[in-house]
Formats: sequence, structure tokens, C-alpha cells
Amino acid sequence: MTARKTTRKTTKTARKAARKTVDSAGRTPEQLLEAYRQMVRIRAFEDNANELYLQAKMPGLTHMSSGQEASAVGVCEALDERDKITSTHRGHGHCVARGATFRPMFCELLGKEEGYCHGKGGSMHIADQENGNLGANAIVGGSTGIATGAAFSAKYLGTGGVAVCFLGDGALGQGILYEVMNMAALWKLPVIYACENNQYGEYTHIDEMLAGNMLERARAFGIEAEEVDGQDLLAVMAAADRAVARARAGEGATFLALKTYRYFGHHVGDINRSYYRTKEEEEHWKAERDPIPLFGEVLLERGIATAEELTAIGEAISREAEEAVEYALEAPYPPAEAARDHVYAS
Amino acid sequence: MRTITFSQAVNEAIAEELRRDPTVFLWGEDVAEAGTPFKVLSGLVEEFGPERIIDTPISEPGFVGMAVGAALTGTRPIVDLMFGDFLFLVMDQLCNQAAKQSYMSGGKLKVPMVLRTNLGATRRSAAQHSQSLQALVAHIPGLKVALPSSPREAKGLLKSAVRDDNPVVIFEDKLMYQAKGPVPEPEEEELIPFGQANRLQEGEDLSLVATSSMVQVAEEAAEGLRAEGYSADVIDVRTLVPLDEDTILASVRKTGRVIVLDEGHQSYGATAEIASRIADKAFYHLDAPVTRFGAWDVPVPFSPALEDQTVPDVARTVERALQLIRGEVARA
Repeated sequence: MTARKTTRKTTKTARKAARKTVDSAGRTPEQLLEAYRQMVRIRAFEDNANELYLQAKMPGLTHMSSGQEASAVGVCEALDERDKITSTHRGHGHCVARGATFRPMFCELLGKEEGYCHGKGGSMHIADQENGNLGANAIVGGSTGIATGAAFSAKYLGTGGVAVCFLGDGALGQGILYEVMNMAALWKLPVIYACENNQYGEYTHIDEMLAGNMLERARAFGIEAEEVDGQDLLAVMAAADRAVARARAGEGATFLALKTYRYFGHHVGDINRSYYRTKEEEEHWKAERDPIPLFGEVLLERGIATAEELTAIGEAISREAEEAVEYALEAPYPPAEAARDHVYAS
Repeated sequence: MRTITFSQAVNEAIAEELRRDPTVFLWGEDVAEAGTPFKVLSGLVEEFGPERIIDTPISEPGFVGMAVGAALTGTRPIVDLMFGDFLFLVMDQLCNQAAKQSYMSGGKLKVPMVLRTNLGATRRSAAQHSQSLQALVAHIPGLKVALPSSPREAKGLLKSAVRDDNPVVIFEDKLMYQAKGPVPEPEEEELIPFGQANRLQEGEDLSLVATSSMVQVAEEAAEGLRAEGYSADVIDVRTLVPLDEDTILASVRKTGRVIVLDEGHQSYGATAEIASRIADKAFYHLDAPVTRFGAWDVPVPFSPALEDQTVPDVARTVERALQLIRGEVARA
């Protein structure tokens, strides 16, 4: 995250959108500022991860969530320590939003021993399990059962917790989602299906893959469904608050359709995208709908932070990310014999 | 020891574990009032209520996936998968999710769940309700695979499975549900540990290494050999994963001859893995080629006239054993 991006001039439309939800999330100024920092952290993480990949310092493949920060942060800000999330192959943002820190995250990305998963998961399975993250799942829709089952056990054990299933619009094509939504509705499970609709499943637009209306799919089960501007942090927070309150009150599941956009390709190597989306479209989302400056504008308007302070936040986080990258590059790999560990829980 | 059915043994194991540990629950299709089509679970919902004996919709991937999530978060689900053939429906949740959580998280997550299902042909149930798919799941690191061969084994292995911190797939022989056998009294709790094969008979001339339904075939074949003046070691493998290689190898090193029996399809099956380990590690003790008997490599046919011959049987096992012992194996 560069300072320039943080304070990028927002347009009139964006300002108007931001104002509309300005009072809806009921957070203290410090909480709002922290939410802003979290979005900046995600952007900084992704910028550095992309750079690592381009410089061939990172093995494997990775999927960037830049542009989708508000959905990750807005939902996770509504949760507490009782709650669980499941994440996707595009999961760095969820991991940061749930409280993970840079060093073990970059270590994981580089396959190092100090990574959250001791280098056994990598980008697609990165998770800070101690913060209630049940893992990033590289099978599209693969974690829908896990999240719904975590909601079942929260109810069974009476923990008061809720489970959030982050899924992409691509997962709407997977049958298991509808099986578990059916059971979530039948059993009034405290689960939130947070569907980050970035409008593309891999290299194909949602219009070519989704019949009907996604909200109606959830509503067919009697699940509360809501469409939310996924670029508007306060709107996401407010919707997530409502969903969490419903879940904790025993009123069951919620489906949130969070409309958003990914700035990068499906994966880091997906450079030439003109056959599935235009440069103009990408530029529009970056210039007009970037969740970070949109929310920065709110903070400025409400006098929560000055432009200088926001710039300083961006710079401090950039330094922190760069330092963590340096640390991870130097960190040791796991010993070769560790490949046989953890196949079974002991 | 009392004599009870295989079905009663399974029911007792589940009831005892439910009483012992409140985090244990069971779900699957028609498991509550119906007690499953095999009536194995009859009576459990009456004692434990519908909160712990839970009827699910007919959604195998869904309820297996949810069991993984529940197991990751402090409960110990027992999942009833009505037919082993339905494993194909749940492969992603079992093999990509349950099996890999511990590893992908660097040991930070665990999935203490039991998937109870069944195997076995000759029930005239045709190709989609008769398969023995244990090799399929035994192939996936991260899963444990148990194959009880008697009521006592069914109870002891299932209780161990419930207490294991890993996903365990336990295959019950559905033709054995009404078979009776000795089982310790309820107050004499017996946990049969995984990874310890059971030598049921001791002999000198040949080893019969078998799983599940084929243990009975091996025992009867050993009797047939006795009538011919020969004796056989009969080894019940008990768990394919972990596999007690030592007991199998010790037996083969002693007898020098072996037939491996498993009801799964012969090609690429459980018998192949066991035979390969014998060939690898007991080669210089062998006096005859290692023989494998699995189900024919055909979908299980419906007609009784077709079906029975596709599963290994006692007569062919004895015939082959005699050839091995008498050195009458034709060289190809």
C-alpha cells in the first residue's frame, strides 16, 4: 500500500456512497481506524506477495484479493473470539482480517518453518488457526460444509459462536452449498455465507455461469439474504452485524451477497485478461470503487483522521510488510524430514 | 463372554461412547427412528434423543462436510453412510477435506470423526450397493481404515475409532450384521487398538491374510486344509491404515507361502499393497508365489447366477492353497 493510493482523490459518486452509510455501523472512532488499518494491511500484503511472485522469490501460485478488502474486514470486524471462519483460495485477506500477522503469513507463503502451517499449506491454505480461522480451502465451495458444521458444533456445544463461510461467486455452482444451506436452514444454524461476488469465476463472467438471482437461491431455503455494496466497509460491517445478531439470537443463517471486484487476475499469472474483461472496467473499479480511499474519505469527513495520519498509516504498514518480507526471505525452511509429520494428529 | 450379533455390537459401541462423551453425536440418513435400513441403530434415539442421533436429508457430501467442520471445532461426530458405494459421493469432503486438515495446518487442526459405512457383495443388490471400497480410502494419507471381522472386532474397533483424533473410515460387512459371536460384557470395556493384526489360527504350511468378510473365508479354508493334513496361519488384518506389517511378515517368513484375501476389486486393491510388501520384505522366505484373491474386476452383477462367483470363496482358496503347498503352481 503506498501513500499515494491511500489518499487518492475520490470522486463525487464515491463520496456520496460513503456518506450514505456513515452512521450505520456503530463503531468507535478507534475501531473504525483499526478497520481502515486492516484494509491497508491486506492491500500491503497482496502488493508484496505479488512482487515476490513476479521476482520469482515465491514458489507455487497465488490468488490476490486486492480490491476485496472491505468484505473481508467488514465481516471479520463483526466477529469475536468465539467465532470461526473458513476461507478460500483467495484467502490472504480473510487471514489478515481475522487477526493474523505479517511475519508468519509471509513465512507460510514462502514455505518456511515459521509459517502458520509450518510451510505445509502455502498461499492456498494459509490460516491463523488460533484466531478461529479453520483454513483457506482450495476446492471451490470446499469449505461450505466445514463452516456449516462449525456452526452446528457451536450450537451443539452452546458456545454462542457463529461461523462465517467466505465463498466466491464461483462456489455458487457447487452442489454441496445447497445441501448445507438446506441443513443450516432446517436446523437454524448460526452460519453466515459471505459470498464475495467479484463477478468472475476464474476467467468467466458470472452472467455466463449463474442462472437466476443468487439471493433467491438462499431465500428458497428460508435463509435471510441481503445484497451489500462490498466496496463500502460500513455497509458490509452493518450487514455482518445484523447477520451475527441473527445467528447469536438463534434465528439461523444469513446469506450476504457482497458485490466486489478483484484487481488482479484469477491468479498472479493471469496477466492478459482482455478476453474476459476490459481494461476500462478494471480502471473504473480501481478509480471509483476502491474500498480503501472510499473509507478513508469517511474518516476524513468525520474528523477521525487527517489526510496526513492516513498517509502515515499507509507508510507504517508498508514498512512493516517490507520488514516481514525480508524476515521471511531469510527464515529457514522446515527440515526435509518434516514432510512426514502431521499426516495424522497425535 | 456373551454371544450377540454384529449389529448389536455396533449399537453397543455407539451407545457406550455416547454415554461416556457428550461431544459424541451421530448423524446420517434414517438413523433415528428408522435405525437405518439394517436396523443397526435401533433404540439409540430413544435413549439419546434427536439432538444426538440426528436424521439428515439425503445429502451425503453435505453431512460429511459438516461433520468435518464439527470435528474441527470440538465435537466427535460419527457419520453413518448408508452404503459403502456412496463413498464416491463424498470423496471431496473425505479425501480433500477431512484427510488433509491436520497436514495442511501443520498439525494445528484435527478431525476426530468416524465414518461408518459398509462393504460386501452377494446380497443381490447389484452394482451400486455392493462394492467394497476400502482400498480407495486406504490410498489417501490422513485417513485411517478399519475392517472388523466379527461382533467383538466391530465393537472394539469402533470404540477405538470414536476416541481417535483422526478421521477413521470403518467398513462393516453388511452380510454379517446378523452373525453372532462372543463379545465381552459391557462392564469389561474392550478397545481394540489400531495397527495390530490378529492371528486367529496358528499353522506351519501357509499364511492366510484376510480382511473383514474374507476372514471368515480364510478361517473356513484353514479348516479345509486341516482335513488335507496341512495347517495355516490365519491373520485378520483389522486395519488397513495403519497396517501391521510386522505380524504379516512374521507369519509369511515362518510359512513361506501366503494367500491375501480382500473383498475389494483385485486390481490395485488392498491385496496388491499387502502382497507387494511381502514380496519386498519377505522375498527370501517365500517358497511359492504370493497369491491375491479379490473380487473380480467387474461391476457387481445382480443375478445370483452371476454374482457369487465374483467374490473369493472357500473352495477356490483351498484349491489354490494346496497348489502352493504342494508346489503345483504352474509357471507361466
